[in-house]
Amino acid sequence: MSDLGGIGIEHFLVVGAILFVLGVLGIFLNRKNVIVILMSVELILLAVNINLVAFSAFMNDLTGQVFAMLVLTVAAAEAAIGLAILVIYFRNRGTIAVDDVNRMKG
Amino acid sequence: MIQTLAFYLFASLVVASAVMVIMARNPVHSVLWLILAFFNAAGLMVLVGAEFIAALLVIVYVGAVAVLFLFVVMMLDIDMAAMRAGFIRNFPFGLAIAAILLAELFLGIGAYQAGGLTLGTPDGTGQAAMGASNIEAIGTLLYGKYIVLFEVAGIILLVAMIGAIVLTHREAKPGARGRQDIGKQISRRPEEATVMKNPNTGEGVEL
Repeated sequence: MSDLGGIGIEHFLVVGAILFVLGVLGIFLNRKNVIVILMSVELILLAVNINLVAFSAFMNDLTGQVFAMLVLTVAAAEAAIGLAILVIYFRNRGTIAVDDVNRMKG
Repeated sequence: MIQTLAFYLFASLVVASAVMVIMARNPVHSVLWLILAFFNAAGLMVLVGAEFIAALLVIVYVGAVAVLFLFVVMMLDIDMAAMRAGFIRNFPFGLAIAAILLAELFLGIGAYQAGGLTLGTPDGTGQAAMGASNIEAIGTLLYGKYIVLFEVAGIILLVAMIGAIVLTHREAKPGARGRQDIGKQISRRPEEATVMKNPNTGEGVEL
């Protein structure tokens, strides 16, 4: 890895931490809107990826990048399934407000 | 110098666009800010030399996931104003949780920086060969040591694909136009489907 001019691993970890917290905050703020909740989950997974790649680069071990790829796979699968569930939920209820999902029986 | 500048540019843009993702009133804008966040995260990864993951991030997230989000957001007819209800009410609570979480994460990073926790040292199997490019090194690792994980990732994607299709597939009503009757299709014989005609010149053909 080339020299980054004083940028160490901590800088990347701080970016990852801030992104993670923003994702969690997004889930809290948009409790009704599943679409934004799913996007917040994507942000959280992006933060995880940044951490994995940063450690992989700074410790000179590529395993972290392989794992980042697997996280990416799971994120893509999760988005596809989540949006599919969202579409059938909307078809049945005509809304995507999730604060009354507990009535979804039968 | 230029690396420092690039890092701060990418880092501030990724954080700013993440803020806009959760704050934007319109989910379409949220998706667009998410795309910007992914692009800048890819920039961060290029900066540390992980070109393959950066390319994957742009291809998978911007090319597939973000477009999927955009598609669903635009397909569903949702009252977005009603969706915002509770945003202000949840704000102090969410902010408190976020502040606690952030403080804890920073504590962890500080502890790591101070050398308070010992991480395992790399055993050398994941080390890139001298002179090999990032993609070459990852390929060697992925198709060698981590081949099982790679296969499992493929199966996860297959399951997700089948799941999404099964969930959203709607069986058409019997007799509906365009509906496929497989039994009728495969029981069709050439004799009853085609006719041989040898028309004379200047005459039409009656079928």
